[in-house]
Amino acid sequence: MLSVRDLAVSFNTRRGVVDAVRGISFDVSKGEILGVVGESGSGKSVTSYALMRILDAGGVIKAGEATYSGVDLRRAAERDMRDIRGREISMIFQNPRAALNPIRKVGHQIEDVLRHHARATRFDAREKAIAALEAVKINDASARYNAYPFELSGGMCQRIVCAIALACDPRLLIADEPTTGLDITTQKAVMDLVRDLIRERDMSSILITHDLGLAAQYCDRILVMKDGVIVEQGDPAQIFSDPQHPYSRKLVDATPRAGTDVRSLLPPQERGTMVTPKISDQPLLEVRNLTKTYMGKSGPVHAVKGISFKINEGQCVGLVGESGCGKSTTSEILVRLMDATSGEIIFDGEDIATAPARGFAGDARRADIQMVFQDATDSLNPRHSARQTIAEPLRRLGRMRGAELATRIEELATLVGLPLSLLDRFPHQLSGGQKARVGIARAVALEPRFLILDEPTAALDVSIQAVVLNLLVDLRIKLGLSYLFVSHDLHVVRLLCDHVIVMKDGEIVEQGAAQNVMSNPRSDYTKMLLAAAPAPPQRRKTN
Amino acid sequence: MTEVSQQQASKTRGNYDHILYVLRANPVTLIAFGMFALLIFSAVFGPMLVPYDPLATNASNALQPPSAAHWFGTDNVGRDVFSRVIVATRLDLSISVAAVALSFIVGSILGCVAGYWGGWLDIILNRFLDTIMAFPLFVLAMGIVAALGNTIENIIYATAIINMPFYARLVRAEVNIRRDAGFARAAKLAGNSDVRVLALHIFPNALPPMMVQVSLNLGWAILNAAGLSFIGLGVSPPTAEWGIMVAEGANFIVSGEWWLAVFPGLWLMIAVFTFNLLGDGLRDIVDPRKRT
Amino acid sequence: MLATSPRLRATGLRIVQAIPVVIGVVVISFLLTRALPGDPAVYFAGVAADADSIEQTRVAMGLDKPMAQQFLIYVGDLLQGDLGQSLSSGRSVAEDLAKRLPASLELTLTALLLAIAIAVPLGVLAATRPGTWVDHLCRVVVTAGVSLPTFFTGILLIYVFYYLLGIAPSPLGRLDFIYLDPDHVTGFYLIDAALMGDWETWRGAAKQLILPAGTLALFTLAPIARMTRAAMLSALSSDFIRTARAAGLSNRTVLFRYAFRNALLPVVTTLGMVFSFALGANVLVEKVFAWPGIGSYAVEALVVSDYAAVQGFVLAMALLFVALNLVIDLLYTAIDPRIGFSSK
Repeated sequence: MLSVRDLAVSFNTRRGVVDAVRGISFDVSKGEILGVVGESGSGKSVTSYALMRILDAGGVIKAGEATYSGVDLRRAAERDMRDIRGREISMIFQNPRAALNPIRKVGHQIEDVLRHHARATRFDAREKAIAALEAVKINDASARYNAYPFELSGGMCQRIVCAIALACDPRLLIADEPTTGLDITTQKAVMDLVRDLIRERDMSSILITHDLGLAAQYCDRILVMKDGVIVEQGDPAQIFSDPQHPYSRKLVDATPRAGTDVRSLLPPQERGTMVTPKISDQPLLEVRNLTKTYMGKSGPVHAVKGISFKINEGQCVGLVGESGCGKSTTSEILVRLMDATSGEIIFDGEDIATAPARGFAGDARRADIQMVFQDATDSLNPRHSARQTIAEPLRRLGRMRGAELATRIEELATLVGLPLSLLDRFPHQLSGGQKARVGIARAVALEPRFLILDEPTAALDVSIQAVVLNLLVDLRIKLGLSYLFVSHDLHVVRLLCDHVIVMKDGEIVEQGAAQNVMSNPRSDYTKMLLAAAPAPPQRRKTN
Repeated sequence: MTEVSQQQASKTRGNYDHILYVLRANPVTLIAFGMFALLIFSAVFGPMLVPYDPLATNASNALQPPSAAHWFGTDNVGRDVFSRVIVATRLDLSISVAAVALSFIVGSILGCVAGYWGGWLDIILNRFLDTIMAFPLFVLAMGIVAALGNTIENIIYATAIINMPFYARLVRAEVNIRRDAGFARAAKLAGNSDVRVLALHIFPNALPPMMVQVSLNLGWAILNAAGLSFIGLGVSPPTAEWGIMVAEGANFIVSGEWWLAVFPGLWLMIAVFTFNLLGDGLRDIVDPRKRT
Repeated sequence: MLATSPRLRATGLRIVQAIPVVIGVVVISFLLTRALPGDPAVYFAGVAADADSIEQTRVAMGLDKPMAQQFLIYVGDLLQGDLGQSLSSGRSVAEDLAKRLPASLELTLTALLLAIAIAVPLGVLAATRPGTWVDHLCRVVVTAGVSLPTFFTGILLIYVFYYLLGIAPSPLGRLDFIYLDPDHVTGFYLIDAALMGDWETWRGAAKQLILPAGTLALFTLAPIARMTRAAMLSALSSDFIRTARAAGLSNRTVLFRYAFRNALLPVVTTLGMVFSFALGANVLVEKVFAWPGIGSYAVEALVVSDYAAVQGFVLAMALLFVALNLVIDLLYTAIDPRIGFSSK
């Protein structure tokens, strides 16, 4: 159906020509769902834009061929391409909210496509648009017809984008990271819907994703891309059980799934030995009946509704939930950046909830409670070098100066595996993994007793996530830290944590030992979270 | 998709190279820097170097068209227009620099406080700025100078007041988006008080867009000051000032003595143009979207 | 159903929000009238006043009363439309301003329409063809436009078109003395002449108008063109444009129905600032072209230290500008469905 041969795409940038895709060949046959998997910069999205001929300015197809049902997509006239787009091949995108025109009713956006491809006239457009909305299982479609994108949730927006893409019954659907940024339960709903629609209509599809697990679950065949070339292709089970190329092996290893431990995320030669951390039965931190209520635009918002839990000395506790569950608010309060409405936080025998967040910078316990932030880019001052960033807590709280300070910074850099030569670089000159290391070095600089990890790997590629998670495990043992690991991903939390707390709507729905919660969840919500996570095939034990 | 290679590239190139790149890609910015240097030179050394006393009248030599002796001709009382135009640089630049500095400082402080702490401080500041902005700004400046009295100092105050909202708003917005940024929270965890976080971590990050605003504003401040003296406010006659010279020259334009108004006007325009080009160039240099 | 009621509320709210601004404007203009160094009565009485008339003015203006009471009197006078007496014309300031306002509005609005008609297409063209001559032209026009002192452009245009080429009429007022003023209907000569069907006069008025309006338009063109270009560029690079293109919509639909409508929002917001510039520059242009509007009235009043007239003018301009801003915001409410929802 679609046949791509030696496709090469390059971009003219001010630093010269950048080859984004360097000669790739693949086929998509009728009725097949093909997964294209790769980390950022692998050229997977560019490939799809090239097929649709909607590359950004400066991008050109340099060589190769792409044939769709006998049409040469590279050489077809722009007018012919417009007929193909939407009617033969269509696309859905990541960030669905931004993918819709913000000031046009969603129904009209569907009509635009229908009428452009002569699938509807002025008189029946509305009817057909509503039918298209119903096709993507939107309840009360005739009311949604008049909605604007900002009035709809992310998952709903993605359904609308699907409705636009499928309105004219295309034969091939390209889905570019369709669930990035959506909660895990929404992700499952959207992916199930897309798969069902494709099967129902006997279409073909290309699913582009960074998540090997997701691709394995939904695709018939997988291509693994790296730096603009396809390094491996095959069916999911085979790629998972016996990856041929070292890169796909690394990806498979790094994808967290049932039955793995944190060390096995790394390539075999890099795995360190796992030392069981010592967990005392003395609580380091005890949260009692913590609440947080603030005034929203339409009345009070109860972000945290009276939660209680304990973290023992040396323990790692995972706090899991979807966006808006109150986990970020909780961590802000614990790290004393925000005041609670009520409740106690007993840290090392004293209630720190009584010390106001505003003056906590000068509190003696400041150095004991630190945090690693979610987005490494956002959490580094763009005008400070790595060295200055790490020095900040040492100078302010540790009162270090001169040679002592310089030695300590280099010690810390070595501890987190940051090459000393990078210390004088600014954040924009560092890679994502390096920035994460700087952030971690800063957080552990004063050897805190309690460290909050706020989704520290959410913005990282899986292979870097694997490295950072292992670093965190090592640090915990070396420095005897206690962690509160905040995450939306149960599978990642399980790798690091001894104890798991599941939150929903400001309340704790379940907590217990990590193994128990994972293998034997009691609450329905936890069950749903676990079921929604992609379940890639188990890896055959080869070594 | 280009992230990897660019990251590698950026490891070998620093900020300095980025500036060089912008200058090479946009030679106009380079020219603007050159013109800026020239303006500063004439403001500092102009009064020492001009061929004639800008105030010396010579009735027998009035209304002479441009010549080798008088490059820009002479005015209706025989003063050398070239000397007057060059000498005026210092006054015009001083007025605008003083006004912009004043509005920069006041605007930054107000904007920082409102943007960081928010709440009722923010509401009051916004109401106050709204009220200033509710006047057509040049008209407000007219009203202020008319009310406070017709002096150069008051021209500076008036120009500063009408410029202040731009700085306050810009700083407020820049501070506000960074107030909860990871690095600001991290700075608090490192033991910095709110004031230190604001002054040492957040505010410096707001400086680049501020510098663009300063550059664009200098041009605008010159235009305003010249406009005020054109309608007879602030600077009073024999003093050499571009706006007033254009106003005096305007009376002779309908009889064809164009040089009286055209040269000071042209100089005024070049000065404003320089600052605007400089602002655009700076914008290219600091714009994060253009530097990946 | 879903959209109307919050938007009606937003519209109402916007109108209510104008009230504190108007109060602020009145307070500031009151302070300006009282901020005169020395004795305000001396200033308001005028240059030729003697001790008696100064004292008269003081009592008449209530300057002998406490500040708060003075303010109440000031507000009371304002509510009756009383802006004080002009010393130079001898009439009430409000009357003078009302008589001269149409001339200023005709000039400003013509200039703005001219500027929008040129700047918006220029900005759109520049954004859709980055790097071409249109783009470069746009860049030059934009930078040069904001750098031109309006009073200087005006003088230059007079020199070229009146003195050198002789194709423009003498730059004195709204209509050459050979024509009779059209009957007063709207006060806009172009409209009034057209209503009378007097095309001779219409042409005469248009000829007088073209240079000052062109001068003002040159100045206001720049910010509009710059904003249009930037807004269009950012709209064109949005994700939803890619969706529209991937759905096979034609270039025209993508450009106008999707990109341009979104780009209009920031452009409409900029119009407020443009009005501020235009009303300010208007004063200078009126002086250069001896245009009998409220700007030149204020300049003449300044020369003879007629402060009541100047402050009346400042207040009138501010109220006019508040009204214009309100109109712009309501227009914005009409085209952006998101207004009235706390979407962040």
